[in-house]
Amino acid sequence: MVSTAISLLRARNLQTGYRSGAKRIVVANALPELLLQPGQLICLLGPNGSGKSTLLRTLGGLQPPLGGEIHIEGIDRWTPAALARKISLVLTDRVRGNNLTVDSLVALGRYPWSGWLGGLNAADRASIEWAIRATGIGSLRDRKIHTLSDGQSQKVMLARALAQDTPILMLDEPTAHLDLPSRILLMRLLHLLARETRKAILLSTHELDLALQVADEVWLLQSGGRLLSGAPEDLVLNGSFESTFSEEEVAFDKGSGNFVIYTPQDKPVRVTGDGLTLFWTHRALRRAGFEPVAGASLHIRVEQRVARPIWLLERQGETLEFDSIQKLLQAIT
Amino acid sequence: MTESPFKKIRLTGLLLLLLLAFLLDLSTGTVNISLKEILRVFLSPTAADPTWQFIVKSIRLPKACTAVLAGCGLSVGGLQMQTLFRNPLADPSILGVTAGASLGVAAVMLAGGSMASLYAIKDLGLSGSWLIIGAACLGAGGIMLLVLIVARRLRDNVMMLIVGIMIGSMTLALISIWQYFSNPEEVKDYLLWTFGSLGGVTGGQLSILAIVVGIGLVVALFSTKMLDALLLGENYAQSMGLSARKARTVIICSTSLLAGSITAFCGPIGFIGIAVPHIARFLFNTASHRILIPACCLIGTILLLLCDTFAQLPGSQTVLPINIITSIVGSPLVIVLLLRQTTAHPW
Repeated sequence: MVSTAISLLRARNLQTGYRSGAKRIVVANALPELLLQPGQLICLLGPNGSGKSTLLRTLGGLQPPLGGEIHIEGIDRWTPAALARKISLVLTDRVRGNNLTVDSLVALGRYPWSGWLGGLNAADRASIEWAIRATGIGSLRDRKIHTLSDGQSQKVMLARALAQDTPILMLDEPTAHLDLPSRILLMRLLHLLARETRKAILLSTHELDLALQVADEVWLLQSGGRLLSGAPEDLVLNGSFESTFSEEEVAFDKGSGNFVIYTPQDKPVRVTGDGLTLFWTHRALRRAGFEPVAGASLHIRVEQRVARPIWLLERQGETLEFDSIQKLLQAIT
Repeated sequence: MTESPFKKIRLTGLLLLLLLAFLLDLSTGTVNISLKEILRVFLSPTAADPTWQFIVKSIRLPKACTAVLAGCGLSVGGLQMQTLFRNPLADPSILGVTAGASLGVAAVMLAGGSMASLYAIKDLGLSGSWLIIGAACLGAGGIMLLVLIVARRLRDNVMMLIVGIMIGSMTLALISIWQYFSNPEEVKDYLLWTFGSLGGVTGGQLSILAIVVGIGLVVALFSTKMLDALLLGENYAQSMGLSARKARTVIICSTSLLAGSITAFCGPIGFIGIAVPHIARFLFNTASHRILIPACCLIGTILLLLCDTFAQLPGSQTVLPINIITSIVGSPLVIVLLLRQTTAHPW
C-alpha cells in the first residue's frame, strides 16, 4: 500500500494522555510508529477504556500529545486553521438542536475554506452538494437537527466532515447508537469513500465483525497502551484479537471471526442431520450446555419433512418428535 | 446559510417598525408631541415650535439614540453569550462585567462618602454624572480585564461560565457589604441608579457611548463565523480550525465592551440581553449569526424604544424606571413565543 514516500500522517514515539496542572495522566505510551496512507480504511479496535478516543483526539489535533511527534504530509507544526484543511473529524459529541438546519450544519464544514464572514463560493457549494449526495441525506436538508434520529444525525455529521474536504477523515465510534443495517451501510459507505476519494479514513469502533470485513488495516489498542497493527486477517491468525479481548466468559472464535459467549459444555449429545437446520441446532445445544460427542446416548436426529424440519429425540428406547428447537430444548433441559 | 427573500421581507418589516418606534418614543413624554410636529422639527426646523424643538432635539433625541445603542449592544452581547456558553439563560451580565460597573458606582456613592456622592448626584444629576460614569467604566473595565486573564487560562467554556458567575457574585457581595455599612440615603441613591435610565446621556457622553458600542459591534461582526462554528460545540469548532481561546477572547471582549459601557452610562438594564436573542431566533428561524446579529440589533432597539415609550406613561408626569419596564414588557413576550413554538425547542 505504501505508494508515496511521505505518508499522509506519521506518528512516532507517540505518548497520549492528559495534562492536569503539573500532573500527566498517561493513557498510552508504548505506541509503535503509526502511518496513514491515502485510500486506506483503518479500524481502531480495543476494549473500553483502552484509550481509543484519546488516541483519535491526539492524532486529530484536539489534544496535544504528551510526547512524540505527529507529522502530517511530512510537516509537524500546524496552525489550527491549516490543520483543519487536512483532518476532519466526526466525534461522539452530541450536537444539540439550536435552530440549525441540516443544510447549514453541513455548510459549516466549509469553515476552514470560507471567508471571514463565512460566505460560500461556488466551490464551497459544490463540496456541500457532493457531501450531501455521497451520504444520501438529500431528503433531510431542510430538517432541524434536533428532529433527526441518531442514525440520520450520524450521517449528517459525516456529511459535514466530507464537506470539509480533507485528505484525512477520523471518526470516533461512528456506528454507536445505530441499528445493524445502518452500521453495515455506514461501514460500506466509508469503505467506498476510501477507495473512490483516496482519503485516509481512521475510525474507532466496537464492531469487530464489520471491521474485519472492511478494514485495510486494524489497529488493536490494548489496555496497557500497547498497539498491534496489521491486516485484520493476520491479527486473527496470530492470536492478537484473543490476547487483546481476553475475558473469562468471552472467547474469540477464529473460525467465525466472532466473539462467542463461553458456557460450560458438559452434557454429551449426538446430533445427526444436515444443512442449515443442523448448524442452528448445534448452536442452540451449545448454548444450553451440550457438547456434541460421537457416541453419546442422547441422540437427536434432524429430519427434513415436506415443508419444515422436525427434531427426533431418542432417549432410553423411545422417540419423541418436536416441531421447534425451543420445544426440543424444553424437553431435554 | 441561505438567505431567502422571506427573511429579507422580515428585515425590511423590522426596519419600518424601528422607524415607527423611534418616532413614537420621540413623541411621548411629559408633554405629548404629535408625530406631525416631530417630523416638522426635523424637516423644517424654522416652522417648528422652539420649545418643542428644544425638547425633541436636546432631550428626547439623545434618549432615543441611547435606547438604540443600548438595545443593539445588550441584544448582541446576549446572543454572543448564549452561543459561547451554549446556554439559553446566558446574558451579557453573566461575565460579571455589569456587576463590575455597579461596583464602581457603589464605590463612588457609598464608600466615597457623602461628599463625593453629594457632589456627584445633587449637582450633576443622577445618571448624567461623569464621576459616576467614570467609576462605572473603571469597575467594568477592571472586571473585564480579570475575566479576560482567566479566559486565556481556562480550557473550556463551561468553566468560563462558572468563573464568570463567581466573579459576578463576588462583586455583588462587595457591593452588599458597602450597602450594609452605608447610611440609608446613600443606599437609596445607589438603588435609584440600579433602576437604570436612558435619559441624561447627552452630548459628549453620548458620543463616547456610541464609539464604544460601535467598537463592540464591529468586534461582534468579526466574531460571526466563530459563533457559527461554536454552535457545534468546542471540539467540532476546534476541528474546523477555530482556536477556542482566541474565539473566547474576541467574544468576551466584544460583550464586555458592549455591556460594560451601556451599564456604565445607563445603569443596569436587564432582560433585553436574554430575551432578544430568543425572539430573533424565533422570528428568523435560523442559527446563522450573519442573520441573527443584525436581527438582534433591530429587535433589541425596537423593544427598548417601546419600553422607553411605555415608561413615560403617556399623559402622566410619572416616568417609571426602564429596568422594570423591560422585564414587565418582555417576559410575557418570551413566554408567548415559547408557547407558540410547540414543535421545536430552540436549544
